[in-house]
Amino acid sequence: MPAAAGERGVRTSVAAGGNIDPMHQFTVEPIVGLHAGGYDISFTNSALWMAIALLCFWGFMIGGMKRELVPGRWQMMVEGLTGFVTNMMRTNIGPEGRKFTPYVFSLFTFILICNFLGLFPIGIIRPLGVNAHSFAATSHFSITGVLAILSFSIVLIVGFGRHGFHFFSLFVPHGTPWYIALLVAPIEFVSFFVRPFSLGLRLFVAMTAGHILLDVFGSFIVTGLNAGPGYGLLVSLPSFLLIIGISALEILVAAIQAYVFALLTSLYLNDAINLH
Amino acid sequence: MPQIDQLSQIYASQIFWLLVVFGIIYFVIGRGMMPKIEATVDARDHKIAEDLAAADRARKSAEATEADYTARIAEARAIAQKATAEAKSAAAAELEAKTKAADAATAEKLAAAEAQLEAARQAALGQIESVATEATQEIVQRLSGIVIDRDAAEAGARAALAKAA
Repeated sequence: MPAAAGERGVRTSVAAGGNIDPMHQFTVEPIVGLHAGGYDISFTNSALWMAIALLCFWGFMIGGMKRELVPGRWQMMVEGLTGFVTNMMRTNIGPEGRKFTPYVFSLFTFILICNFLGLFPIGIIRPLGVNAHSFAATSHFSITGVLAILSFSIVLIVGFGRHGFHFFSLFVPHGTPWYIALLVAPIEFVSFFVRPFSLGLRLFVAMTAGHILLDVFGSFIVTGLNAGPGYGLLVSLPSFLLIIGISALEILVAAIQAYVFALLTSLYLNDAINLH
Repeated sequence: MPQIDQLSQIYASQIFWLLVVFGIIYFVIGRGMMPKIEATVDARDHKIAEDLAAADRARKSAEATEADYTARIAEARAIAQKATAEAKSAAAAELEAKTKAADAATAEKLAAAEAQLEAARQAALGQIESVATEATQEIVQRLSGIVIDRDAAEAGARAALAKAA
C-alpha cells in the first residue's frame, strides 16, 4: 500500500497538467521499514521531518548555551524564545507554573518548527531527482492528537494528584446556586472533555487547510502556464500573487497555532493547579 | 485524505516516532538545556538588580557624605564669622580707646601749645609795643624835631596797633 501511494505521488508530480491531488502532500511514505511486536513502526517521511525538527531545535538551542553574562545575538534569540514561554507560564499559572515550563516550551517550539518546516519550499530544489517535498507532521491528527492527549493527561494527573476528587469542583463555578449548578456541571464536564479534541483538531485542521490552499494555487500556476500564455496571464499571474499572500498568512498561522496550542495547554494546566 | 485513509497503517509509526522525538526534545532540550538558559537569564537579572542596588547604596552614601560636608562647612563658616565679628568688635573697641587717649593727649598738647603761643604772642605784642613806641618817638623826632615822651608815644602806638589788629 505505501508503495502504491509512492507511485501515485510520482505520477502526480510528473503529470502536473493532469488531475490536481492536493491531498497527496499528506501521504506518509515509509523510508526504512521497521516492525516491532506486530506493529509497523517504519521510519517514514513524517518521522524524518520530526527528526529534522528535533535537529533544528537542538541546533538552535546550542547557540544559546554559551551562557555569557552579556549575550550575543544568537543567545539573545534563544533567551527570547525561552523567556517568551516562561513569561506565558508565569502570567497564566503563576510561580507554580515553572515546573511545567520545560514541557510547554518543548511543545511550543516543536510544533512551531514542524509548522515552519512544512512550509519550506524544498520541492523546487529536487536534490536527488526524487519527489522530495517537505512534510508538516502537524498536519496529521495522529501527531497533534497524541500531543493533545499528552497535554490533557498531564492536566488530569496534576489535577487529581493535587486536589483529588476536589478537582471535580472545576465543573461547578464558585457561588452557583444548586439548581443552576445542576445545569452548568454537565456543560462544564462536556466542555472539559472536549478540550483534547479541540486542541488536537485545531492545529491539524489549520495546517491541513493551509497546505491544501498552497497546493491548489501552486497547481493553478503550473496548469495555467502549461495551457498557454493567455491562461498564464489570466490564471497563473493572479494565482501567483495570491500565493504570496497565502504563504505570508501560512507563516503567521504556523506561529499562531503553535502559540495557541501552548497557550491553551498552559491555561488548562492553570485550571488543574489553581482550580478556579 | 491520507490522514484518515492511511491511519490504520501508520498510527503505530506516527505515535512511536512522535514519542521518540518529543521524548528526546523534552528530556534533552526541555529539561536539559532550557533550565540552564533560564538560569543564565536569572543570574543576569540578579546581577543587574544587585548592581543597581549597589549603585543606589553608593549614591545614598555619597549624598550622606555631601550632607555631612555641607553641615561641616556651614558650622565652620559660622565659627569663622563669629571669630571675625569678635575680632572686629575688639579691634573697634581698642581703636576707640586709643583714639580717645590720642585725642586727650592731642588736646593737652594743643592746650599747652596754645598757651605757649598766647604767651609768645603777648611777649611779641609787648615787644612790638616797645619797638613801635621807640619807632614813633624816633619818627616824630626826625620829622618834627619834637621829643615826645615815652608815655604819649606808647599810647599812640597802642591805639594804632589796636586799629591795625
